[in-house]
Amino acid sequence: MAQFRIPGPLRRLSDGQVTVAVEASDLASAIEALDARYPGFRDRLLDEKGELRQFVNVYLNDEDVRLGSGLQAKVGERDEISIVPAVAGGR
Amino acid sequence: MPKLLGLRCRECGAEYELQATHVCEMCFGPLDAVYDEAALKKIVSRSRIEQGPSSMWRYRDLLPVEDSVAVVTLGEGFTPLVKAERLGAELGLRNLYLKNDSMNPTNSFKDRVVSVAISWARAHGFETIACASTGNLANAVAAYAARAGLECFVFIPIDLEPAKVAAISVFDPNLVAVRGNYDDVNRLCSQLIESTPWAFCNINIRPFYAEGSKTLTFETAEQLGWRLPDEIIIPIASGCQFVRHRQAARELMEYGLVRGERVPAFTGAQALGCAPVYNAFHSDTPDRVLPVKPNTIAKSIAIGNPSDGVYVNRIARETGGVVEAVTEEEIVEAIRLLARTEGIFTETAGGVTIGVLAKLARAGRWKGDETVVAYVTGHGLKTADVLASANGHSSKRVEIEPTMKSFREKVSIS
Ligand SMILES: Cc1ncc(COP(=O)(O)O)c(C=O)c1O
Ligand SMILES: [Zn+2]
Repeated sequence: MAQFRIPGPLRRLSDGQVTVAVEASDLASAIEALDARYPGFRDRLLDEKGELRQFVNVYLNDEDVRLGSGLQAKVGERDEISIVPAVAGGR
Repeated sequence: MPKLLGLRCRECGAEYELQATHVCEMCFGPLDAVYDEAALKKIVSRSRIEQGPSSMWRYRDLLPVEDSVAVVTLGEGFTPLVKAERLGAELGLRNLYLKNDSMNPTNSFKDRVVSVAISWARAHGFETIACASTGNLANAVAAYAARAGLECFVFIPIDLEPAKVAAISVFDPNLVAVRGNYDDVNRLCSQLIESTPWAFCNINIRPFYAEGSKTLTFETAEQLGWRLPDEIIIPIASGCQFVRHRQAARELMEYGLVRGERVPAFTGAQALGCAPVYNAFHSDTPDRVLPVKPNTIAKSIAIGNPSDGVYVNRIARETGGVVEAVTEEEIVEAIRLLARTEGIFTETAGGVTIGVLAKLARAGRWKGDETVVAYVTGHGLKTADVLASANGHSSKRVEIEPTMKSFREKVSIS
């Protein structure tokens, strides 16, 4: 199963879990599965149009999914999906 | 009486206590420092500022460090604002000014933000200072950590310019060279904040750090005789400083430090080799800044996933500014143009700023009387290698024997 890495600010939603395993074929279905297990994640990660929110970065095995196929990115058995707040950096 | 009240989310307005944190738990939006403006209104004045030190700390009342705190300073800020007569003549601008921030202690504007960040962190009990950096920030963090006697960890992309690496290493920080680009370094550090007790200048203590940028615009207004210019040209990496400059203009007006109601046009400059904000600005969806993989000699501003990009576009539009970008050749040409006309040697990020200034001027953006200020944010020695690789030595170089004869043969004196 693919593993989500949950950042500090969202662990209240995941009962404090740092990693959550989900059964999914692509990123969109992985987020659905995460939200089914711990309700609230979909709202935090996706906007009204169902797209990734501005301040959320999602990395599939350390690659920014926005550089690839976004929510359609294929997710495999041993993949790691990291959620990282976007506001950081500069310089 | 403390002047800082807390932190507030720029998106949803949620309020937080003062602490080392940078994102809103509700919406992931950025957090900004909140001041007791009513109390500040009673004390902030031009004369109080003018009596302060000849450094950016003359604006201490408007920075997120309480009066009781001993600041970590190397005399940063209050850099020269020079009128650029010769460059102006070449570009058809009669009131062009350059804010030469390469004159800071570690030769970039980063000293402003780092002086604030480290002062805040030391006062709040942090023992280790860290950062994710494209070079200039690491340089400043390493120097100020040495000055403060704090532990230091700096994370840089592995392909940084040798001159920058040397200027960082001399301060003996723990230097972590990451096999990846800046965006990789930044992601790694964003994840590290959860497992280290460190103050990452541009991540968990970002709300305080960012505030230091404002002083560049405060000084510009003071040096212009307490007035704001018509337009400011600012290089964009994350967009962090761009956003704070807009805030600085707002504060100058709110505290009655400048006359007039007119907000300057804020214009952003990027390298085409890393232009996510420029791309979005000129697209149908400026509110969606899509990341890119950077490929440019302007490494200090090579951020492919800029956190404040959306705000930059909003501010540029609202104030009548634009976001423009230049090619690699234009960057090098602009470095030479600035040096040749004004005697200022800037790094590639400054080449981007001056390149955009020149491009806009030649395209007829200004009538000629407007007061335009370009922020020159870093020193040329940091990226001197781009000149050598671009086209060798100076075109006026000759090699001679140490004789009068050889001199007369090889050198023409007009
Ligand atoms: C010399 C120089 N100018 C400008 C910038 C842009 O700063 P910001 O990330 O606030 O947009 C940087 C950032 O690294 C820099 O090093
Ligand atoms: Zn919020």
